[in-house]
Amino acid sequence: MKKILTTPIQNEELEQLTAGDVVYLNGYLVTCRDMPHRRLVELGQKLPVDLAGLAIFHAGPIVVKEDDGWKMISIGPTTSMRMEKFEKEFIAETGVKLIVGKGGMGPNTVEGCQTYKAVHAVFPGGCAVLAATEVEEIERVEWLELGMPEALWVCRVKEFGPLIISIDTKGNNLFETNKVLFNEKKVPIVKEICSQVKFIK
Amino acid sequence: MNKEAKIQAMTEIMTKFTSYMGKHLPDDVTAKLKELREQEDSYLAKVVYDSMTENQELANQLNRPCCQDTGVVQYFVKVGSQFPLLAEVQDILRTAALEATKEAPLRHNAVQIFEEKNTGTNTGERIPWINWEIIPNEKGINIEVYMAGGGCSLPGQGKTLMPAAGYEGVVEFVFDVMTSYGINACPPLLVGIGIGGSIDVAAELSKKALFRPLGVRHSNSRGAEMERLMEKGLNDLGLGPQGLSGKNSVMGVHMETAARHPSTISVAVSIGCWAHRKGNIQINEDMTYEITSHRGVTL
Repeated sequence: MKKILTTPIQNEELEQLTAGDVVYLNGYLVTCRDMPHRRLVELGQKLPVDLAGLAIFHAGPIVVKEDDGWKMISIGPTTSMRMEKFEKEFIAETGVKLIVGKGGMGPNTVEGCQTYKAVHAVFPGGCAVLAATEVEEIERVEWLELGMPEALWVCRVKEFGPLIISIDTKGNNLFETNKVLFNEKKVPIVKEICSQVKFIK
Repeated sequence: MNKEAKIQAMTEIMTKFTSYMGKHLPDDVTAKLKELREQEDSYLAKVVYDSMTENQELANQLNRPCCQDTGVVQYFVKVGSQFPLLAEVQDILRTAALEATKEAPLRHNAVQIFEEKNTGTNTGERIPWINWEIIPNEKGINIEVYMAGGGCSLPGQGKTLMPAAGYEGVVEFVFDVMTSYGINACPPLLVGIGIGGSIDVAAELSKKALFRPLGVRHSNSRGAEMERLMEKGLNDLGLGPQGLSGKNSVMGVHMETAARHPSTISVAVSIGCWAHRKGNIQINEDMTYEITSHRGVTL
């Protein structure tokens, strides 16, 4: 059975999740990537959307304007690590509960997730049409002057996922754990290949 | 067909092709992903591959860009010196990028340097990027269209090594890039490696390596063997789809090379994500065309 989170998300629900779990989302998901993070954390500007209990998506979509609003065409995750510099303060300031993106994030986000009870999850990168079909409606857009990718698109989503929990509230970081394993494996592999490419003699 | 009609015909072909290749993966990539998917047995790897397959089906069905990041459009052109529209190619490709942006639609990805404004058209200073090769005495044109998202452009880097570092230094560099940045670039990846005597040469070749059809090896036997070794080695790391760990890491490793200076070995890496959107089209002087990357497709 699908495990579904619904906004506003409660701390207790998040505390039951462990890195590697797969969940889906019902409710509000707001796109938020480089520029709004910078504006809030570095420039001290107030976000025009109240994110308390909601989810953000590190994503810059393709949308088209229709008579009575906007239509989601294609929306997939962007590299979350770009927001690492800001995410801890961002969580503290906004009360956001679920951060969806791609790839891992670092120690700042882990600390933010642990302290303020939030999780980071991965939506499979490049699966942007799949994600778009899980957006029921774009309710509004803010900061459109930043351009299509950077604007805050307020989306109502239904069973949005799969979302693979990569950072939980307990300090686990799936990608960092994997990275250590990959680096351990790398050493003997590289040594073996190097022994076979000594072409300069 | 007079010249005006030819310009119009080529503009239409390139607009449609730019739009098409942003929605459909090339045949070799689709086949490779299927092969890699069948080797996975872990739950997370399968969840991800299933989403990828479902996504490509939805993109076909709904006629939409399969990944939202349709990149900054690039055209790698091999144009015959006798191609009748040689002087018009640049304008035609610029118009094609502009029109495809509206038609597909593609995401707006051209941000002007210093002004730091997104032009909203996918055209801007030197964009779409056009790389030129002139083929003497040929009458047609071959165009590789490429859309790389930010995610797989981010790992792109290069380094100029001293000869003492040897080809071993090349291997170490590639593996370091892959374990530090590859995870976030949407694996399974295509790894393009350029080797030459200076960094610009290596960088250009690393990008061109991404256009070689999957499964075709470097023409030099040592080059081919080095590709095989690195491909196996990277797969043994087991980055898996999306870096969540699995049986494989890459769709392939391609090297392109140029003779180097005795004192330097420059190496550069360009990465293609699993949604590797490359498209190859051959247009003849009479404006008939053949799409080699997506067989059987007419625009």
